[in-house]
Amino acid sequence: MAEDQHITEVGGTGVPIPGDDIDTDQILPARFLKEVTFRNMADYLFFDARRDDDGAFNDHPLNRYEGASVAVVNKNFGCGSSREHAPQAMMRWGIDGVVGESFAEIFRDNCKSLGIPAVTADEETVTALQEWVREHPDGEVGIDVEDSVVRYGDHVVDVDIDSAMREALVDGIWDTTALMYSNLSKVEATASDLPYVEQ
Amino acid sequence: MSEGTLYDTVWERHKVTELPNGQDQLFVGLHLVHEVTSPQAFSMLRERGMDVAFPDRTFATTDHIVPTEDDKRDRPLADDQAETMLSALERNVEESGITFFGLDSGKQGITHVVAPELGLSQPGMTVACGDSHTSTHGAFGSIGVGIGTSQIRDVFATGCIAAEKQKVRRIEVTGSLGEGVYPKDVVLRIIQQLGVDGGVGHVYEYGGPVMREMDMEGRLAVCNMSIEGGARAGYVNPDETTYEYLRGREYVPEGEAFEQRKAYWESVASDDDATYDDVVTVDMDGVDPLVTWGVNPGQVVEVTEPIPAPDSFEAESDRTAARKAYDHMGHEPGDTMEGYDVDVAFLGTCTNGRVSDFEQAAAVLEGRSVASDVRALAVPGSQTVKQRCEERGIDETFIEAGFQWREAGCSMCLAMNDDSLVGDETCASSSNRNFVGRQGSEDGRTVLMSPAMVAAAAVTGEVTDVRRLDPPARAESGGEGEGEVAD
Repeated sequence: MAEDQHITEVGGTGVPIPGDDIDTDQILPARFLKEVTFRNMADYLFFDARRDDDGAFNDHPLNRYEGASVAVVNKNFGCGSSREHAPQAMMRWGIDGVVGESFAEIFRDNCKSLGIPAVTADEETVTALQEWVREHPDGEVGIDVEDSVVRYGDHVVDVDIDSAMREALVDGIWDTTALMYSNLSKVEATASDLPYVEQ
Repeated sequence: MSEGTLYDTVWERHKVTELPNGQDQLFVGLHLVHEVTSPQAFSMLRERGMDVAFPDRTFATTDHIVPTEDDKRDRPLADDQAETMLSALERNVEESGITFFGLDSGKQGITHVVAPELGLSQPGMTVACGDSHTSTHGAFGSIGVGIGTSQIRDVFATGCIAAEKQKVRRIEVTGSLGEGVYPKDVVLRIIQQLGVDGGVGHVYEYGGPVMREMDMEGRLAVCNMSIEGGARAGYVNPDETTYEYLRGREYVPEGEAFEQRKAYWESVASDDDATYDDVVTVDMDGVDPLVTWGVNPGQVVEVTEPIPAPDSFEAESDRTAARKAYDHMGHEPGDTMEGYDVDVAFLGTCTNGRVSDFEQAAAVLEGRSVASDVRALAVPGSQTVKQRCEERGIDETFIEAGFQWREAGCSMCLAMNDDSLVGDETCASSSNRNFVGRQGSEDGRTVLMSPAMVAAAAVTGEVTDVRRLDPPARAESGGEGEGEVAD
């Protein structure tokens, strides 16, 4: 089962998704949240941004970098709504890891829950990587979670990965339900000390 | 690192243990559930053969997908997907023993409106919900965080989330609110000043004279939009305003038990000498009514001031964002938002869907009419809000002015039901997000503002400084009548 998976490295071709403050309403428009499973979410990824007014695919990066595994984004990616549908859609489309300048917190947490490394680097590093991906659409981009580096072409660049995310992925403990379930008796003790929890 | 703040105290009280990856396992004292983000979590729970660990600390309602037209709420709902979602929720809460405020409960509404008004949200709690506006509950001096669906599964199965402590930023709101300026303007100002990602990695503690004077519904509006500034949680320290608001509410203990509970509430407030990671001052003196001019909630301007030119921003990223906003909104350099054409007026949501919001808007609408080419929706945040408004006759003010007086739900904030912008319509909205496509149309435009400003825009058909609104038509009608006679 997935919860045992150690994620030390992910990689594949890249897709640059440029722009700051790309919110989860862009990533997964609200009208597609009306399904009770995540199964079809890949079909709705950036649904509006990827299409012209007549419904035909436009030149959005997702239409041009089919098969990519690593998304390269800019500042405050995934802001707004907490919908896990957004990273679920990215994962189901094929994204295994994200490199960006920064991430909204809930989005980053959702990535962790799904075992998707979301790593950060400064503007210059990220922009250079986006440019390289544009020039090398078939080039391999690797996120080394264990060593906190991203490798592409001849480059090895340092990236930041939140220590909790790094430990969780590398040690294969990113499924927090299993992890926390084993502490249920401690949870009950903590709850019983709270004046507002009925005994 | 912060010390002695409410955040530190509440965190310590709820910390179960440290997890191997360095995060804390944190007990969630109140888990709020709605139909859109929970069905997958219930399925995951079932796959693992687990039960809801703390059903008594879990409360559900339905808000995102419900129709707000009275005659469309009969079951089955006309929208098959909506019916499926609602049925799934009903089945899930029934099986799990979770209290559910359904369409026929008289208490249904937006989670972040329902929980406060029933007294479920209290000081010193941790609150989680699969919705980013869970920051709202911080108004009571609790820690409220929005979570994703896998984390909902965590809370169902274990009563906990895995989390790491954030930095605490004290936001000192100084000065006083001028005429026509409301709590909504306070939070828009904060986001304008600190940026839409300024709060990433932080929790906001709102304080200072403006917050001290503010009533609970105002504090709820401010805390609600913390997430719009990048802060997952924001709170106000509890005080007498908080305690008096809570007294007598359904889920709040009475008599001696109230006093005991209050002692806990008082014990969690930040110490006078608490240490913060940083302190920021936001001065409200001289601030005019604010509106958004762009496509993120930090693109804010005083209604009568020129919209900032893209080139006026220091950072290239802000210039790019401004150009994108100009393009989407159709601005020209030198424009002001005052006079910007409005097609739809939308009043409601978890930000501004409470009784005082409708009162403020009604005060503007009294004796006035909605412009003939404006579609105006008043959507109470809950059935309780709707009932309170009707008891006070506020609904009649809205209906007489030409507003549609709807049933409770999230409605046109994100258009998951039939309430949607069409084409490139512009909406004067009391909601919280002006993202492209947010209100249901890719070309739609959203201008965020206070409820009073929404009412003013509804009347004139354009973004309007509520302080400069012409006197009500009714007061002038004598003069106009005479004119007609003379003709």
